Amino acid sequence: MQKTLNKRALDQVIPWAVPISLIIIWQLLAQTGLLSTRVLPAPIAVFQAGIHLLSTGELIRNIAVSATRAFTGFLIGGGIGFALGLLNGISSTSEKLLDTSFQMLRNIPHLAMIPLVILWFGIGEEAKLFLVSVGVFFPIYLNTFHGVRTVDPGLLEMGKIYGLKPLELFWQVILPSALPSILIGVRFALGIMWLTLIVAETIASDSGIGYMAMNAREFMQTDVVVFSILVYALLGKLADATAKLLEAKLLDWHPSYQTTTA
Amino acid sequence: MTSVTNGADLKVLNLTKEFGNHRVLQETNLEISPGEFVAIVGRSGCGKSTLLRLIAGLERPSEGRVLINGEPVKGLNRSTRMMFQDSRLLMWKRVLENVGLGLRKQWRDRARWALQQVGLDDRATDYPTVLSGGQRQRVALARALVSDPRLLLLDEPLGALDALTRIEMQRLVERLWQEQQFTALLVTHDVEEAVTLADRVILIEAGRITMDLPITFSRPRQRGDAAFAATVEHVLERVLNTGAIRRERADTNEDFALSK
Repeated sequence: MQKTLNKRALDQVIPWAVPISLIIIWQLLAQTGLLSTRVLPAPIAVFQAGIHLLSTGELIRNIAVSATRAFTGFLIGGGIGFALGLLNGISSTSEKLLDTSFQMLRNIPHLAMIPLVILWFGIGEEAKLFLVSVGVFFPIYLNTFHGVRTVDPGLLEMGKIYGLKPLELFWQVILPSALPSILIGVRFALGIMWLTLIVAETIASDSGIGYMAMNAREFMQTDVVVFSILVYALLGKLADATAKLLEAKLLDWHPSYQTTTA
Repeated sequence: MTSVTNGADLKVLNLTKEFGNHRVLQETNLEISPGEFVAIVGRSGCGKSTLLRLIAGLERPSEGRVLINGEPVKGLNRSTRMMFQDSRLLMWKRVLENVGLGLRKQWRDRARWALQQVGLDDRATDYPTVLSGGQRQRVALARALVSDPRLLLLDEPLGALDALTRIEMQRLVERLWQEQQFTALLVTHDVEEAVTLADRVILIEAGRITMDLPITFSRPRQRGDAAFAATVEHVLERVLNTGAIRRERADTNEDFALSK
């Protein structure tokens, strides 16, 4: 019994062994001067920079701005992608009209469009929102479309026999059936949203985490730069974790999420 | 909850169904009285499922028509229910909600009653994914019966179940049919099941009805009974005989086109 407890504790600790060792080595290299602070500041310095930014309220403000940009873009691009995915999934006329065009547009890397976007929208908020929206649109559109298309026709047939009207068929059969696929699209889109935001914020910003990082770069504050990267990483992880939680909650009926069987 | 109205009166008139060039049903005629239990047997591809689907209104006939209580079938009928080989339960709804699918008023009470009839009211709050195949089919049966249908169509509903569960389900279906007095039409490849449950056994061969055998044994039918076993054997031979006849013809014609 003692053995298994020790083994369990060990299993929890071991994954952290390598990262923690690396951080310790990093700190030592920086302290002894073998690693120049211009290349990479010491972990403690990064941590201190973070504390400072937190105390001035700068960190919270910039995170709020970045997060707002990201999620507004997500709602716009995701909303349109979701609506069109549903439409093309349900109506074959709509699919014939629109789907090929979307598939062609999908192949254009949206980040490569940045110069064009700047010409269209300037360097303000609209440009960033547009980029995030475009980036988010395609994974959500594709997965929603696929989810609706792959609804079991047997279930639709059964629903009709048992008296479900078209709207009821949609809410009770089609949408729940498509949900696993839609949520995959959401998770994927969240990753793209964050990536797009990071790049978009390098286009002359006056607020947000990107602005914070670029400002620090001007003043050679590498510790703030590294800290900004860590903030980006943490927020990205948070978004993904939220999506996973959503998935677990909405899909608790799914066999993959069951822990017990009859 | 039992209904005193009779089961549906069913008439199939000169029914023909083609899929492209393939004629699945040819000028089929059938009359089923209210409350009768009719089994349809035949080899795979003989047209029995198609006949059921035409009666359900899921397919349109190429020629001929189906009358339920004198009214022609145009699409789905409100008092017809169908059970399939797979339970077709909605995995994201709990068992009780599945049974109550499509019901409007007081659906919870009625769904609970139907679940009691099939002996699963203790699983009302479970998700279908934790149920076994037999339990899911029982839920599907409850769902079919909860709206008090006058015509119940069963498309090989027990085919995917193990032998023991199948026997239990047969008894359950028979009991509920006797209580609620709907008309029942069962498509099955299991000849013994057909003779166990039906008042009449109908054989379809290549889209035509070639046998209509009344079964007069008293219920519940005894599997071990000599006369019962002889009838099963007779029907089975009749079903399989098509193979023998085709083989004879093939030998004499030196034509090896054996189908199915």
